[in-house]
Amino acid sequence: MTAVYEPRYERWDETRGAEIIAEHSKQEGATLVILHALQAAFGYVPEAAVPMVAQALNLSRAEVHGVFTFYHDFRHKPAGRHVLKLCRAEACQAAGGDALAARAEAKLGVSLGSTTADDRVTLEPIYCLGLCATAPSAMFDGRLIGRLDERRIDALVAEAQR
Amino acid sequence: MKMRIFVPRDAAAIAVGADEVATALEQVAAQRGLSIEIIRTGSRGLCWLEPMVEVATLKGRVAYGPVGPEDVASVFESMASNGSHPLQLGAADEIPWLKRQTRLTFARCGVIDPRSLDDYRTHGGYKGLARALSLGSDAILNEVTASGLRGRGGAGFPTGIKWKTVAQAKADRKFIVCNADEGDSGTFADRMIMEGDPFLVIEGMTTAGITVGATKGYIYIRSEYPHAVEAMNAAIAAAKRGGYLGDNIGGSSYSFDLEVRVGAGAYVCGEETSLLESLEGRRGLVRAKPPLPAHYGLFGKPTVINNVLSFAAIPFILAEGAKAYADFGMGRSRGTMPIQLAGNIRQGGLFETAFGVTLGELVDDIGGGTATGRPIRAVQVGGPLGAYFPRALFDTPFDYEAFAARDGLIGHGGIVVFDDSVDMRKQARFAMEFCAIESCGKCTPCRIGSTRGVETIEKIINGERVGENLALVEDLCNTMKFGSLCALGGFTPYPVLSALKHFREDFAPVPTTLQAAE
Repeated sequence: MTAVYEPRYERWDETRGAEIIAEHSKQEGATLVILHALQAAFGYVPEAAVPMVAQALNLSRAEVHGVFTFYHDFRHKPAGRHVLKLCRAEACQAAGGDALAARAEAKLGVSLGSTTADDRVTLEPIYCLGLCATAPSAMFDGRLIGRLDERRIDALVAEAQR
Repeated sequence: MKMRIFVPRDAAAIAVGADEVATALEQVAAQRGLSIEIIRTGSRGLCWLEPMVEVATLKGRVAYGPVGPEDVASVFESMASNGSHPLQLGAADEIPWLKRQTRLTFARCGVIDPRSLDDYRTHGGYKGLARALSLGSDAILNEVTASGLRGRGGAGFPTGIKWKTVAQAKADRKFIVCNADEGDSGTFADRMIMEGDPFLVIEGMTTAGITVGATKGYIYIRSEYPHAVEAMNAAIAAAKRGGYLGDNIGGSSYSFDLEVRVGAGAYVCGEETSLLESLEGRRGLVRAKPPLPAHYGLFGKPTVINNVLSFAAIPFILAEGAKAYADFGMGRSRGTMPIQLAGNIRQGGLFETAFGVTLGELVDDIGGGTATGRPIRAVQVGGPLGAYFPRALFDTPFDYEAFAARDGLIGHGGIVVFDDSVDMRKQARFAMEFCAIESCGKCTPCRIGSTRGVETIEKIINGERVGENLALVEDLCNTMKFGSLCALGGFTPYPVLSALKHFREDFAPVPTTLQAAE
């Protein structure tokens, strides 16, 4: 599970990229499927892959670029070694999420949506993990955490900085 | 006798330590040289008691919760010796919070092993499909229509009429699409049923396929739900092996196949036409309606697109008959609604009950008030596009029309509770901000209106010409409400206007002297 944020990814390689694209390009409406597969392999969607996807699906480069930039999930460069996503939606706000997000920002010295200078941690907002009755919640490298409090946030930040 | 212990594998249970509890149970049993079987189930939905662990006894399953890894040794001792324990909750089925529910859709959730087709069938699964196969298309449509089932995604459109339209459409291909892009904060029923009883969703979609003459279905699941994706894929593979998907379903002449597709973090893709665009591999731009998806849907073909809970209600209706379902509920809201209690709430979780229960009963009585112990000030019903209700409206019954009459919506049945520390200006601002982040950009009222909305509410927060800017926000909300293409821009005014109307005191101009002191 949670292959998307496994710390180790393959280095971008055109032949490998072409292989991944070919594996999925026969499916109907394959663009998102392929972009997900590329990101699962490389940790992001390399710019060089965009024209390759376009060619494989008989689309314009602009169309594929449009899809790639429309969706929040797709990255144009690798994330930090760890990714900490904090839910910022209403149920988590009601349960004290605002203060916890501010605490994480202060501890890491970055604002939501950015990566620490040493590339160790990417801190991101996420809008709902569906854990709204055990709020506030977070996802750390694909692992779910509910009932967040100051102690747990501090532990997560420490783990991320290791 | 081998002890059988049940530990949820639901994401909410895992997020509070269910996996660690399962591992610890195995270790403790091994240390004592006892042989146990751990069955990973879905969640019963009593989220404040998660991880809730159950053991099979001669008198039925006995529950313990919330069990942390540090409790495992003593809980195991109690299980093995039938001894008492402070975390023991008694017979699981007798827990009052569960007992007062009417579980039609969630009857099996938390009970069975969601990876086991046999377990599903032993507990009444595929009875509905068997009856559907014997009834044929017209009779199924009559049943679904007579049940009064309305779309559980939020719009409340009658499911029977939607299916009939697709059944009557002529085309070389038709599709069944399940909308599992459950992005509303405060909702998790789709996630729970996909993780806890995935065959139910498959059975509902298969029934739809048989009814309208579609042979292919897609389940579009948001990427924030990796456990649901895994559960659905495992169930689809098992259903194929068992002859319940593919050719000659259940020995009939019908064929139906299913595929999971994963979203990519766009809230707007929960809107059905945006979802179809996304499934086709494009940006999730909303389509203008008409044409309706029932006529021109996925890849331009007639398509049934329903929410997870709509499909999940179908097997009961077919197995027990339309009347058994329609006997529950009030007015034009028939059957049950899986309601989700969330946010700052003492007893949060999934509560399935007939329509008609009041908001006050739900949050005060069933939910037990706030987790912080402070008074409830506001309740947002129906996700980020739902209205904020104050205590004065807690007599509103849970019913599509009753909420609409009070300028609210029940949406997907999520209820988020806030205590008296909430600042409603912030909530109103967030509603606009969320719309600005998630707008697909196709129509102007939503794309531009939401950004102007954030700016104007910020001015109000800063005390700039408050009266004028309040009037401007109200005017802007009306433009968005009536001029937007879909519910994202069209419903964002609900939380904003309800905050203005019911919590006006938060928006009152602050005297300059006080402002400086802040």
